[in-house]
Order: sequence, then C-alpha cells, then structure tokens
Amino acid sequence: MAAKDELGARGERLAERHLLRRGLTLLDRNWRCPQGEIDLVLRDGDEVVFVEVKTRSSVAFGHPLEAITAAKLARLRRLARAWCEAHPGAGRIRIDAVAVIAPRDLPAVIEHLERVF
Amino acid sequence: MAIGRAHAISLLGLEGAVVEIEADISNNLPAFVLIGLPDAALGEARDRVRSAAGNSGLPLPSRKLTVNLSPAALPKHGSGFDLGIAMAALAADGQVSTESVARVVHLGELGLDGRLRPLAGILPAVLAAVRAGFGTVVVPAGNADEAALVPGVRVVPVVSLRDAAIWHGAELEPIPLEALMPAVPTAALDDSGDLADVIGNPDAVEAMQVAAAGGHHVYLLGPPGAGKTMLAARLPGLLPDLTAEQALEVASIRSLAGIPARGGLSTRPPLEAPHHTASAAAIVGGGSGVIRPGAAARAAHGVLFLDEAPEFAPAALDALRQPLESGVIAISRATATARFPARFQLVLAANPCPCGNAGSRDGDCRCTAMAVRRYLGRLSGPLLDRVDIRMDVHRITAGQLRASAELPRLSTAAARERILLARASAAERLRATPWRVNAHVAGSWLRSPVGAPARGATAALDRALERGGITMRGYDRVLRLAWTLSDLDGTSRPGADHIGRALYLRKAAR
Repeated sequence: MAAKDELGARGERLAERHLLRRGLTLLDRNWRCPQGEIDLVLRDGDEVVFVEVKTRSSVAFGHPLEAITAAKLARLRRLARAWCEAHPGAGRIRIDAVAVIAPRDLPAVIEHLERVF
Repeated sequence: MAIGRAHAISLLGLEGAVVEIEADISNNLPAFVLIGLPDAALGEARDRVRSAAGNSGLPLPSRKLTVNLSPAALPKHGSGFDLGIAMAALAADGQVSTESVARVVHLGELGLDGRLRPLAGILPAVLAAVRAGFGTVVVPAGNADEAALVPGVRVVPVVSLRDAAIWHGAELEPIPLEALMPAVPTAALDDSGDLADVIGNPDAVEAMQVAAAGGHHVYLLGPPGAGKTMLAARLPGLLPDLTAEQALEVASIRSLAGIPARGGLSTRPPLEAPHHTASAAAIVGGGSGVIRPGAAARAAHGVLFLDEAPEFAPAALDALRQPLESGVIAISRATATARFPARFQLVLAANPCPCGNAGSRDGDCRCTAMAVRRYLGRLSGPLLDRVDIRMDVHRITAGQLRASAELPRLSTAAARERILLARASAAERLRATPWRVNAHVAGSWLRSPVGAPARGATAALDRALERGGITMRGYDRVLRLAWTLSDLDGTSRPGADHIGRALYLRKAAR
C-alpha cells in the first residue's frame, strides 16, 4: 500500500471512531458503485449522513478542507443519490466533511463540518 | 460565531459615502464570498486579503467567510476596501477586538505580503469619514501626510496589516517593514517665475494684472516667441492665496487624480496646462468605473491654460462652456453623476494664423486670408464670448530689449499687493451679493444704481452699442472690466478713462 493510501485509510479510521463516539451509527464503509466511492455512510437520528474524509499529514500544502472542491461535492451528491437508490426508504440525507490532520508520531486533529452542501 | 464590522469610504467624484463591511464566518467548506456590488478590482480583494492575512501571521480560518458590503445597491470600485475587509474578517474570527474595529474607518489596498499600498483620493475619503462622524481613520503609512491635512480627525498610519491588527488589540510582536510610498509625479509647467522676467508687452502685463484682480478670463493672441506662455504661467503667482477651504478642495481633487499632497497643504492656486491633443474627457474628467477629475477640475480655484487653443479638438473646447458658466462640472454615467468644482480662470493662447506670423512686424505671413479665418474660427463664438480680456502680444524688438534694462519692471510681489487691494475693495462692494470678484457679477447689478459707472462715463460705450460695434453682453463685460480697472486705481467708481481702457482690453485682438 502506498504511503498516501495508508495515511488516507488511517484518517478514515480516525474519522469513523470520532463520529461513532459522537453517537452516530455506521451504515456503510467505503461503499462503491460504478460512479465512485463514499468514505462513510452513517445514521444520525432520522438522517442519513454521507461523509467525505480528507486527511493530510500537515497543512504545509493547504488545509484538508480546502481540497474538497465544488466538483468533488457534486460527485458526492451523485453518489448519495446512487446509495439512496440502492437502499430505498433512506429518508432525509445530509453531507458532512471531516478533516483529519494526522502528523507522524503526533495525535491527530479532527474537524467535523455538518451540512457542507 | 460573531460578526465582524468595519467601515470604509466609497468615493464618487469628491463625495464619499460610508460603506459598512460585515464579515461572517460559518461552519462550512473553506470559501471567500464577497457580495454587495463589487467591481473587478474589488472582487479580487478576496485573494489579496487571504494571502495578506496569512503572510502577516494572522491566517483566516479554513471556513466559509462571507463579506457583505452595504448599502448593497451602491456600486463600489477599486482596491481601497482591502484593509476594511481584512479587519472585519479578523474581527469575526476573534483575532482582533470587534468593538475597536467597528469604531474606525479603514482605507488601504493590501499587497500579498501584508503591507499597505497608498491610495489615490485619500484626502476626500478622510473628509467624508469626518463628515459622517468618525473620529479615527486607519490609513496606509504612505498616505499619512495627506490624511493629516484634514482637521479634526485622528489619523492612524499603519505599514502593514499586522500593525493594524496590533493597534486593534491582537497579541502579536510587531515586525518592522519598509512602508510603501506613493510614486512622485513628474513636474508640470513651472509657475514660479516672476512677473519682472517679462520684457516688453506692457499692455499684456497690465492685462494679466487686471485678469488677476477681477477674475477675468484672458485670450492672448500673438506670434510664436512673443511670450504668451510666459505671461500665462505668471498668472497663478498674481492670484491671492487660497482660503483653507479652497486649499483643501484643490488638494482633494489632486489626491483623486493621484497627485499626493506633499509637504502640507499648498495655499497657492494651481496651474493646469493640458496639451492640445487632450480629449474632452481629459479636459472635464471622465471614466466608466471610477470617475476621475480632468484638467478643468484640477485647475479649480486656479488657472487653466490652453496653449495653442485653436489646435484643441472643438469638442474639448466646447466642453468647457458649462464649467465656465456654472463653476461646476457634472459628469454623468449610467450608474451615477459625479460633481467637481471648476471655478477656474481660463487663459487661451493662440497664434494669429497657421504659420504664426500674421500681423507681426518682423515675419512674413504666407497664409491665405481664408486659412487665417479658418484657423481662428476654430475657437467657437460662444467660448470666446465668455472671455473678457483679448490681448495682442508682440515679439520684442532689439530696441525694446536694450531699453528694458533701464525701465522699471513690476515684480510679482508688488503686483500681487496691488491686486489684493483691488480684490478687497471689490469684495467690500459686493458684500451683500453672492459674488466676490467683478467677473462673476450679473448684468442686472451693473445697471443698478449701486453698480452703475459714474454719470456720463459710458458715452463711448453707448456709442459703440448704438453703432452695433458691441452686443449687450459685450457691453456688460466692458463694464465689469471697467470696475476692475477702477478697483486697481483705487477710485470709487469707473470713469470715462476706465471705460475706454476696458474697451481696449476687450477689443485689442482681432
């Protein structure tokens, strides 16, 4: 596994643990369809939450949230729709973003933004 | 999260409106949204502010930053809002004191390194801030001299965004940086010469003094090398000092035109001498976004000198008719109308014909009569009708040059003393009227008992009117000139001699 994929996987694990601790329940992890992949799908009360996780080891090349572009958000929305078609009766949905800044050998900083779209 | 508020000034001509800048940071993906009718230069403030803040050690948060400029319907131009936007954003983020930022007007363009660039038009902007009731203005260090000319305001000059943030309570160590200074403008026509430098042409020297005393416009006609430019450049020196209010207005217009006031407020009247290729917009002012003052507005309270007047585009010359009449230039564009003061004294200079030698004693003119007529015909009747003094200027001869060594010549200082006395007596006489100088007086006043010349003095003038030699408007202009001549002589009312000399000043040039 390449170093960047390893960092990404670590970030997703950290984000998942953070969200589960906040009382969300996990529905899907790395859900795939022909259009792409959703990092995390969770349930928060009566809402289904689609989460894009972005991980960086430092902010030297910008904050991880800055890497979530409008095009990426648009794709995430198409993916959310595909997930809903595959799982009828999902109810209300929302899209969140989680930034993980995980420097080597230091505790990670996690930022969670709700309703980014 | 808190909303950050700051204030800046949007200029339209010399008028300034206070613009409130609100900044809100919301929990959303990083973005910088600028709303409230910004133009292209202002829209780019987003990138300047984010970079400048980062490079000043005050990074903006990686969240959505919404900046609103209100009133939303007022179009806003230029880069002068950068500092206000940055301070409002930092206040919203809690990096500086919200109360402190909201109390102050911020002016300045940001560089990417966080330093502040000087702005054009700082003087009218600070004046507008004071009129709107603000007591403190933060300006770029390069504009500090100019902003300090406005009375009754505390000016806080800052070199960089970091300095401004520290002033508003950010806990940072100051980093000394070199302040950015405005560019020094190139020198214009020199108006420092003395009247005593002029050799010969005693009539024209006298005519310039009459012009200075009564505020009359002048038309100088003569061959090249006769000294027309020399005479015109000496007129500002003959005019009295500007009042504090006029000096501030002159400096405001120059500030708007990008000419910073250096070394304090100048109380000397300005001299503007646009080149004859100037367009109408260059003369009266214009521009689609920011409306800039033209040469006529820059010459307000001073002298507008048009050398080679027949070479100017007819549209440029005729654009002067409105300011000559009303003393105000109104420039209308689709979005707004800007007004500039334009009470200037006009000096026109022209050669008598295309080759320049018509009528001169020492040169041979080969121009046809038609060419001469066509050349001078380029100065339209309505424009010349507003010019009181028409003077021939001649080349001096070798004999005059030799004789000039012995003849006493009047210095600018002595002439100005005489002119100040004449102006004072005119102002005293016109105390109860809206006018201050003879050139502005209405015809009805000239025919009222208080404004009429001595009994029987107008005989020569009446004859000229009966013969059709002059029009009624010309009649009034001769009376105005006669009053100025009378003021210069210290007499209480113009007599026949003054009327005669006034007729000569009016009719000298063909």
